[in-house]
Amino acid sequence: MSRASVRFASIATILMLVLTACLGEDGQDGGGSAGDGAASATGPISIWYSNNPEEVAWGEAVVTAWNADHPDEEVTGEEIPAGESSEEVIGASITAGNTPCLIFNTAPAAVPQFQVAGGLVALDDFPDGASYIQERTGDRAEQYKFTDGKFYQMPWKTNPVMIFYNKTVFETAGLDPENPPLSTYDEFLSTAETLVAEGGVEAAIWPSPDAQFFQPWFDFYPLFIAQSGGQQLVEDGEPQFNNEAGLAAANFWRSLYDQGLSPNEAYNGDSFGDQKAAMAIVGPWAIKVYGDKVEWGAVPVPTQDGMDASEVHTFSDEKSSAMYTSCENRGTAWEFLKFATSEENDGQLLELTGQMPMRADVVASFPDYFEANPDYEVFADQASRTVEVPIVPNSIEMWQTFRTAYSESVIFGTTPVEEAFNTAADEIRTLVGGS
Amino acid sequence: MAVVAPPRRGRLRGLIGPDPIGYAFIAPYAIFLVALFGYPLGLAIYISFFDYFFAAPGAQVARPFVGLSNYAEILGDPTFQRAILSVAEFILINVPLTVVLSLVLASTLNAKLPFRTFFRTSYYIPYVTAGVAVIGVWLWLLSRGGLLNGVLGPLAPDPSWLVSEFWAMPVIALVVTWKGLGFYVLLYLAALQNIPRELYEAAEVDGAGVIRRFMAITVPGVRPATTLVVILATIIGANLFTEPYLLTGGGGPNGASLSPVLLMYREGIEQGHAGYAAAIGVILAIAVMTISAINRFVLEKD
Repeated sequence: MSRASVRFASIATILMLVLTACLGEDGQDGGGSAGDGAASATGPISIWYSNNPEEVAWGEAVVTAWNADHPDEEVTGEEIPAGESSEEVIGASITAGNTPCLIFNTAPAAVPQFQVAGGLVALDDFPDGASYIQERTGDRAEQYKFTDGKFYQMPWKTNPVMIFYNKTVFETAGLDPENPPLSTYDEFLSTAETLVAEGGVEAAIWPSPDAQFFQPWFDFYPLFIAQSGGQQLVEDGEPQFNNEAGLAAANFWRSLYDQGLSPNEAYNGDSFGDQKAAMAIVGPWAIKVYGDKVEWGAVPVPTQDGMDASEVHTFSDEKSSAMYTSCENRGTAWEFLKFATSEENDGQLLELTGQMPMRADVVASFPDYFEANPDYEVFADQASRTVEVPIVPNSIEMWQTFRTAYSESVIFGTTPVEEAFNTAADEIRTLVGGS
Repeated sequence: MAVVAPPRRGRLRGLIGPDPIGYAFIAPYAIFLVALFGYPLGLAIYISFFDYFFAAPGAQVARPFVGLSNYAEILGDPTFQRAILSVAEFILINVPLTVVLSLVLASTLNAKLPFRTFFRTSYYIPYVTAGVAVIGVWLWLLSRGGLLNGVLGPLAPDPSWLVSEFWAMPVIALVVTWKGLGFYVLLYLAALQNIPRELYEAAEVDGAGVIRRFMAITVPGVRPATTLVVILATIIGANLFTEPYLLTGGGGPNGASLSPVLLMYREGIEQGHAGYAAAIGVILAIAVMTISAINRFVLEKD
């Protein structure tokens, strides 16, 4: 190496080390976190909402209505910035210290991570915080508390997942489209066989077999919740999925994959919309998406021996709103959060998006809407029996661990289901213990 | 005769060189390098020794010093071991294939072919096309009901390419080779311009055929370019992310195409274990630098 190269390398290394040493730890302290007085501070705030057209319309309407009456506490609404996922955008924004006061698109599974990162405000800090949430959401609110007993999120809206099916394909396969035999596992499997053999579709149902941590929410988890009568994946630190109900649901899916009724390769597009699959596991958002293209019906997810529809629980696919610690005017943020989740604005959310506000009784709260839109009633009824992901430490890692076990045992069948689930349960027990 | 100490100015000149103005010219790039590469690298090394996670500014969080335990944990992690083996398989297919195909194509495109410019541009297009768009096309080609299986008929593998633990990584290696080929062809085309035409003419007079001329003149003549291609392909290959993320649904099937960078993303970004992810990055950087040094030593040896 020449002397010049040595000189350059030395200077570069010194600069790098000096810069790293200067910014390494203290670089994290560059931003401004609001102090305790922020809980009652008022003034302008900013919020983010989801970027689908329906929610943008709702967000704009709510912000406009608020600003008309609160000129000194102006709210600026923006779509959440584009990224790989909302959770990654929010996580990066927490680290950078530039989150808005409120985000109306916070995934419950990410809340523990955001909380540990010091990014979330406990809504219990407000005198009427916990009581407002409990009154609005009812008993289901308990599922949204973190392990320290506090609410770091307000349950906002749910898309309770059900089996959505294509009536035309059922009719082609010679099945009754109005009362499809989909209640028990045996009925479902038999129907699935008929659909693939006679219905002109490649798959009976085609959930994504991909490895991402959130995929179980749309295959295993709703069926496990239904079979177990409303259990969460983990309860009181103890994994539940390797019990009888979990193994029954997993073996049901294994049968679908094994018989080729659900492909283990991802579909490049929308399998239900493209009519390659006869069924899908979706929430009420699907009505707006498929309503004009497909003659559809919706039934609860199946259970091993069948259950009355009024008893079947399912996954909530809920999104919360949360307040972030970079917020200075938290008094205004809290008042705006209550305004945005008032009965009037919840009604507007339902009207514009078809998604169910996390209210104790959605049907009774908005009778006119459901009279005018009877299609949504089946989802609204299901909305009262939803189960959330467990709000526990290392939540994302827990789901990734579960997905890996599920992939190898259920989707690809390389390991016995019980063995894979027991191994995953041991790992998850340690993870949710917080270590 | 008494020895006179060199003047202080002379020593300074010796230290900074005869043309200190040169530092001003390299300063913009040096600052860029230090700020955008040096600092993140230094920070990655630093946080790899801590139980580190990203937190809000001013948040009181515990990030204890854990010494080498992140490294020890990673090296014993079967998922990481599998990811390393997967990427090694990828590099073993991708790098030789890249070198051979790009050199052969560059030599062909260097000859006086009809539509030569058209072909040169054609090979370059995949390189400048967005990865996501390209992968969409490959998904359509390689899926179980895709064009390739349609052509192969009963010879199509079962399970299909992207869900076969045996085929997933080789298929990814082929897709990446195809996408990057245009860039490496360009490097070789530039190197081929430096080989004197007289060498080929003399060899032809001596009776050397096309293959003999290629092996005896072209291959040694582009050796510096080959070193560059091998090192670049190795570095880019070791950073494999987009293709397993999109083509095989996050490193599937069953983890068969999980790459170390995809694992880093999962651990550091999705799961918030920045210290652990940084240690993966450091191990990967050391491995790549070692492989590159060996490549350079072997390929530049006379």
